[in-house]
Amino acid sequence: MLHLIVKYMWWIVPVLLLSACATPQPTLRGTGDLGVVIERATGQVQVIETSGRKSLAQVSGLGDLSHASVVFSRDGRYAYVFGRDGGLTKVDLLTATIAGRILQAGNSIGGAVSQDGRLVVAQNYEPGGIKAFDADTLALVADVPADYGAEGKRSKVVGLADLPGSRFIYSLFDANEIRVTDLSDPKNPKTERYPAGKQPYDALVTPDGRYYIAGLFGEDGLSMLDLWQPAQGVRTILPGYGRGEQALPVYKMPHLRGWAVAAGRAYLPAIGRHEVLVVELGSWKEVARIPVKSQPVFVMARPDGREVWVNFAFPDNGWMQVIDTFTNRLLDTFQPGRAILHLEFTPKGEAVWISARDDNKVAIYDTATRRKLAELPAASPSGIFFTSRAFRTGF
Amino acid sequence: MSHGTYRTVFLAFVAMAAGLPAAAQDASPQLQPQRIRELVHLVRQDCGSCHGLTLQGGLGPALTAPALRDKPRESLVATILGGRPGTPMPPFRGIVAEDEAAWIVDRLAEGFPADPGASR
Repeated sequence: MLHLIVKYMWWIVPVLLLSACATPQPTLRGTGDLGVVIERATGQVQVIETSGRKSLAQVSGLGDLSHASVVFSRDGRYAYVFGRDGGLTKVDLLTATIAGRILQAGNSIGGAVSQDGRLVVAQNYEPGGIKAFDADTLALVADVPADYGAEGKRSKVVGLADLPGSRFIYSLFDANEIRVTDLSDPKNPKTERYPAGKQPYDALVTPDGRYYIAGLFGEDGLSMLDLWQPAQGVRTILPGYGRGEQALPVYKMPHLRGWAVAAGRAYLPAIGRHEVLVVELGSWKEVARIPVKSQPVFVMARPDGREVWVNFAFPDNGWMQVIDTFTNRLLDTFQPGRAILHLEFTPKGEAVWISARDDNKVAIYDTATRRKLAELPAASPSGIFFTSRAFRTGF
Repeated sequence: MSHGTYRTVFLAFVAMAAGLPAAAQDASPQLQPQRIRELVHLVRQDCGSCHGLTLQGGLGPALTAPALRDKPRESLVATILGGRPGTPMPPFRGIVAEDEAAWIVDRLAEGFPADPGASR
């Protein structure tokens, strides 16, 4: 018998070996230390790993990625990339392939994922409104126009964030309103409207999902809605923070997210001023205003909240400053590269990844020593997004 | 697009701008190649943060040739230099000179060139 096998079946061993080579078994791995870097000019993303501080793969064909933003599936495997051109691309981080792609609007600005992970929602400039998609298939499940006024106009939508219970909160730039849409029955979306301040440009929800704070371009102050007591309506916080002074020209709108919250306070960029405003959550008292290098764009707390890192608008976008939240004083001022567009902390904050668009690189810094740990080449990098966002409300 | 391709596009563009007879340029300002490179980068990247890298629009309106067809050249130059009060459009006076603003408007009207990348 053995003799026969050796005589007639000898070929089976090399064939098995060959097939093993042709379809290599992927190494099993988790996704908790993965992320993406947007390469804005070329419509590509890099899949990166924060543990090894390296790029794993490049995925192309994502369209116009100027001002792209990313949210993650709750298993941390898929990145949903929202492009400026209305493209929504689902990227599989494990295989570095496109798992789905749709053109869902003419002009889009970002998105959010529902609490249960089933819905991906896009916020759109054109046509103004939000759209909800099945997170698995990207099939459209709800279309909620941001219409206002008597003539059927539609507002640009900014500041979208997820809330508990398949609800989403967002602001209407053109209509001076905050809206909350309940998508627990996507066929019958229910929307509540709250009059807000002038020209909200972006917004954040605190990590506990309680307070929604919208930054205003059109007035000195911010609009705050307490989602535990929504009947109280929108309240203006830090009113008149500009002290009646002429605002400086704004070459880049700041961005707001839950990362603004540290040590029981919110660290907020002042519009048209070289200041970071510090307000106590709940009492809404101004705690401090910290003079900084230029107009802040991202004012981002390290995950432990002990430090806040700040980058700046054109033409001072080569600078970065670090604020100590215990003393509310500047700790450091340095230049990581040319055109610093974004930064992202590792999940527990021992390192920060910084994109330097005009140097075509991502620089990685140790946050304790502010020493550079590594640099990765990237073509015109902008946003950096890590999968740890998947587990945070408002990301 | 590779670096080489960028360079080819850029050089072709410079050659085109330099090679045109003066009359055909209709008083469009003459700028140094280095400055042209900076302005193209500025418009694509920094104006692009509101108007989009492809200039199809965003928080700000589209700046494509068809979108600007009916807009007077002088008012577009004035908008770049002075901004538009009440909107997020800031004044760029001090960042671009008047003839540079006119140059940008002329290039927008014919379809804006691709970004050759930041200067070294």
